[in-house]
Amino acid sequence: MSILVYAEHLDGTCKKAAFEAVTYARKVADEMSLPCIALTIGDVGNAGELGTYGADRVLHAAANNHFDGQHHAKQIAHAATEVNAKVIILSHTSTGKALAGRLAVMLDAGLASGVNSLPDLSTGFRVKRSVYSGKAVATYELSSDMQVLSVMGNTFPAQANGTLAQVEQVESVQHESRITVQSVNKADGSVPLPEADLVVSGGRGFKGPENWDILLQLAEALGAATACSRPVADSGWRPHHEHVGQTGVAIRPNLYIAIGISGAIQHLGGVNNSKTIVVINKDPEAPFFKAADYGVVGDLFEVVPKLTAAVKAYKEGV
Amino acid sequence: MNAMKQLVCISKTPDTTSRISFVEDSTKFDTDGIQYIMNPYDEWYALVKALEVKEQVGGSITVINVGDASSEQIIRKALAIGADDAIRVDKLAEDAGDVAAQIAAVAKNEAYDLIYTGKETIDYNNSEVGSRIAAHLDLPFISYANALSIEGDTFTIARDIEGGSEVLTIQAPFVLSASKGLAEQRIPNMRGIMMAKRKPLEVKEAVAYQATSKIVEYEKPEGRTSCKLVDPDNMNELVRLLHEEAKVI
Ligand SMILES: Cc1cc2nc3c(=O)[nH]c(=O)nc-3n(C[C@H](O)[C@H](O)[C@H](O)COP(=O)(O)OP(=O)(O)OC[C@H]3O[C@@H](n4cnc5c(N)ncnc54)[C@H](O)[C@@H]3O)c2cc1C
Repeated sequence: MSILVYAEHLDGTCKKAAFEAVTYARKVADEMSLPCIALTIGDVGNAGELGTYGADRVLHAAANNHFDGQHHAKQIAHAATEVNAKVIILSHTSTGKALAGRLAVMLDAGLASGVNSLPDLSTGFRVKRSVYSGKAVATYELSSDMQVLSVMGNTFPAQANGTLAQVEQVESVQHESRITVQSVNKADGSVPLPEADLVVSGGRGFKGPENWDILLQLAEALGAATACSRPVADSGWRPHHEHVGQTGVAIRPNLYIAIGISGAIQHLGGVNNSKTIVVINKDPEAPFFKAADYGVVGDLFEVVPKLTAAVKAYKEGV
Repeated sequence: MNAMKQLVCISKTPDTTSRISFVEDSTKFDTDGIQYIMNPYDEWYALVKALEVKEQVGGSITVINVGDASSEQIIRKALAIGADDAIRVDKLAEDAGDVAAQIAAVAKNEAYDLIYTGKETIDYNNSEVGSRIAAHLDLPFISYANALSIEGDTFTIARDIEGGSEVLTIQAPFVLSASKGLAEQRIPNMRGIMMAKRKPLEVKEAVAYQATSKIVEYEKPEGRTSCKLVDPDNMNELVRLLHEEAKVI
């Protein structure tokens, strides 16, 4: 038996989400005294690196780099049977979410998606995940022979302390894909929001898109990703993929700086799992202050440039 | 393009402003005083996109819900917005796998061209039902679709990926989950509401299902204890706190 982790990649490189999933899988493997086996699919340049994050073996199935959930699930299910997987681990990303349910059905496995704890094996197989858009945490008990878990990002920091693994080629499953990927468009240069450690987010307090430079300069100084409240995206001031909250992207960065955002319950739903929250708002009664670790009551047009300058001074100092 | 037979899966979820609490030793969601709505992703994006597709190529839209009689309010709303008919599988689902198994059991015999779900429900946030239905029916699944257009018999779909979007082409049949941007919310009008009362709603018996997951306990995350206010004229102090105290920069 073994723990199988699917290490996803983007354009041929395994990144943070994959390293976190392997780190998590290593911990599960240790808990269950089983080997940790990583699988990559496609043309992956740095698969051997997965060894450093704890994979005992790294398997690789050749394929083109276009994502087709039907094909990938078949390949993962095939590997799961080959290595007699007890638990299959995925990243809780657009890729992992497209695969998790399908694998659970194909393999008759129990599934907990977006988990944020290690399994508790003292009474059956129990694992925690956030529900009600971050307003509660539920403990799931999975009762099947095989389990599928997708791991919430930014929850188990990637830990590299092993050595590079030898990559083993495995048989590629045949699949007549019905999907043709035409293009993959990454938002320019910036850090993808769901993976970002630091996020600077703006609300209606900015008054209009022409004022966003103030925010972008702070984000750049910090090396942070940018986000926004729903009305900001709805008004077209910022692209939709920046919209965070209950009906947008849910994130949990180490630092979330909310500027000119009132802190409506639907907004908090997507960000209240952030480790540290800073709120900048001119209204001392803004509800967001109740959900913040640090608050600055002041006009964002004055405060934010000062903060940017302070960040730059700090960065130059180190 | 031929007329399309479309199925839209709709879920009943607590209103977004609901206060979330638990009863029976934190094992059950406290439904007291909770207002229910149609899951926003299902209503705003999936259903409206199905209407747009029907307006372009013709065909029919069925909405399906797995739930008890208390779901009829959201089903009627979906009919008022423009669905042609509805199916309710009479069961309080045990888990997301149950919902998908029930819907797949219905869809199996119907040869739908397109099956829609929302990208997730705002209560359990599982994001599982679409890919599970696709697995049961052995169909492709396009997650997080944010744009869809049709030309000839080819669909061009953009879907959210981390920090960007992917554009792909596909032919029916397939399953998709709807994300923001796929369509613009529509408000039912008086005529729609009147017509909805006469549209067919079929209640079906559930098929057998063996649940493999169960929620055994809920907790509320620890709230933030206090907010430390920093002088707006002293942003060096904020940077110091973030570095030395919070250790996030
Ligand atoms: C079903 C549903 C789902 C929703 N989902 C989401 C969601 O996912 N995400 C989301 O964000 N919202 C969501 N909303 C909307 C939400 O209810 C709020 O309307 C929205 O979050 C408010 O955005 P805001 O804070 O940018 O704007 P406002 O509420 O208008 O707040 C602007 C803030 O800026 C401050 N401000 C103004 N000028 C300045 C200045 N010069 N300096 C400093 N501060 C200033 C004001 O004091 C105010 O607090 C949802 C609503 C519904 C009904």
